[in-house]
Amino acid sequence: MAVLARTYSGIGRVFEHRFLVYRRTFRASLFSSFLTPALFLTAMGLGIGGYVDRGGANEALGGVPYIAFLAPGLLVSAAMQTASFEATFPIMAGLVWNRIYHAMYATPITPPEIALGNILWFGARLLLISTVFTVVIVLFGAAISPWIVLAIPVAALTGLAFATPIAAFSATQRTPDRFAAIFRFGITPLFLFSGTFYPVESLPAVVQPLAWITPLYHGVALARGLSLGTVGTSALPPALAFLHLAVLIGFIVVGSLLTIRTVSAKLVRG
Amino acid sequence: MPDTLESVDSTSSLIHARGLTKRFGELTAVDEIDFDVAPGESFGFLGPNGAGKTSTMRMIGCVSPATAGTLRILGQDPAADGPKIRARLGVVPQQDTLDTELTVRENLLIYGRYFGLSRTEVARRADELLDFAQLTERANDQVEHLSGGLKRRLTIGRSLINEPDLLLLDEPTTGLDPQARHLLWDRLYRLKQRGVTLVLTTHYMDEAEQLCDRLVVMDKAKIVAEGSPRDLIERYSTREVTELRFKPGVQETLDGQLEGLAERVERLPDRILLYADDGEAAVAAAHARGLEPETVLVRRSSLEDVFLRLTGRSLVD
Repeated sequence: MAVLARTYSGIGRVFEHRFLVYRRTFRASLFSSFLTPALFLTAMGLGIGGYVDRGGANEALGGVPYIAFLAPGLLVSAAMQTASFEATFPIMAGLVWNRIYHAMYATPITPPEIALGNILWFGARLLLISTVFTVVIVLFGAAISPWIVLAIPVAALTGLAFATPIAAFSATQRTPDRFAAIFRFGITPLFLFSGTFYPVESLPAVVQPLAWITPLYHGVALARGLSLGTVGTSALPPALAFLHLAVLIGFIVVGSLLTIRTVSAKLVRG
Repeated sequence: MPDTLESVDSTSSLIHARGLTKRFGELTAVDEIDFDVAPGESFGFLGPNGAGKTSTMRMIGCVSPATAGTLRILGQDPAADGPKIRARLGVVPQQDTLDTELTVRENLLIYGRYFGLSRTEVARRADELLDFAQLTERANDQVEHLSGGLKRRLTIGRSLINEPDLLLLDEPTTGLDPQARHLLWDRLYRLKQRGVTLVLTTHYMDEAEQLCDRLVVMDKAKIVAEGSPRDLIERYSTREVTELRFKPGVQETLDGQLEGLAERVERLPDRILLYADDGEAAVAAAHARGLEPETVLVRRSSLEDVFLRLTGRSLVD
């Protein structure tokens, strides 16, 4: 019990450090958290959506305006992108560049606490940006159901499903050279092909399974069901909704265990 | 083994190591070393880069497990009680680990929080340490903009935030200019006066001579000698050393002309060292043989000479 309490407070101190650093750039960061969704919803939701909706309600989109279809997809994609960034450069900074995780490890804080404290921070940051994003969606009138509130944690979980395995990978790297490949061959294609902008069913049948194995597809499907209020209907039966959630949690659990392992290995090696 | 080792009572020592070994795969970084550090003592590891000093310090700091041997820090086992031991250590690592995005003061505050100290307590200690590290005027500057010397002072100040029983310093002044080094030595000397137990590694003999009550000389993963700086010099060198430098090309022609000039003669690539208690007599002997060195320097023996004697090599590369 004492060990548990100590571990809990170790994670809390790592979190406190990230918060202290974040506080310095809080305003600029919050402003861009508002601006980015507003720009995207204006350009794609209203701009492109104006054309998409011209022929009347589109059955493939669930019979809702394009902006309502698009908004939850963008919300979840934004969480993925922020999470991926947080899990690459800051992790490399802590382990290789300014080595502040080594400074933490010289104190009673343990390597698993350093890994988990950072993951907790990712979660908090994702909840914050997803809340701001959701407020913007509501302001644009793009939310159909009040259940969109639950799309906030879904977006955060999707972000964590990316952040945890990526952080595990980042901890094994000595230079950021391979990070570009993560974004180029991972994050950007997923953003384009995981159902954010159009239903995955529009893609050729051979590539659809590729979308299913990524967390983004599951996060988008679940967030969209909540935002459109279709969870529990034939569009998104409860079993399928739980499957989406289970996939996200599965990624997070495995990703967190891997992060604990690679961060610990790096810190012990020096 | 060095005879003075047994004079330290192993039950009261802050660090107790026997057969301590660290391997990385095929490489043996630390090879069965024995040493004890007593409370209040300033203890040094002197040796060239790659001798195993940092690996030893990381094992003492409880951040790198020993491959074999016994290690007790503050009477506890690092393998079982790492976090508990680390709570009582102060660490100045070889490479700075400051948070460059935060201010000087924030670095102290957050570091104190890692030890679980309350915010009011860390605020009080931070002010004291800013004063000690002579950084009060820079308290609100971002660390990124500090010079190397100021960063080291902050690192030393930070290492004291938990009022450690044992302070570990790995190459504390490497890379600093002479003025910054002297300032840092002055701060460390004050800590030593206050009774803080210091353990440091260095490849600077002057640093070891200034700060260490007792030291071990490490070479190729092993301890090759142990004692106080004065002991070691007396044991392994003469009182004085005469350095002779010749015009380029001349040194190579001196075969057979140097023997018997002093107790011991060492030929380095750029000069000849004559080890004799009376340096001037050695100079006179050299002149009597018709040698015509370009420059002559008579100096006192240093740890550098001890190292040369023990390993046949210079300390600094």
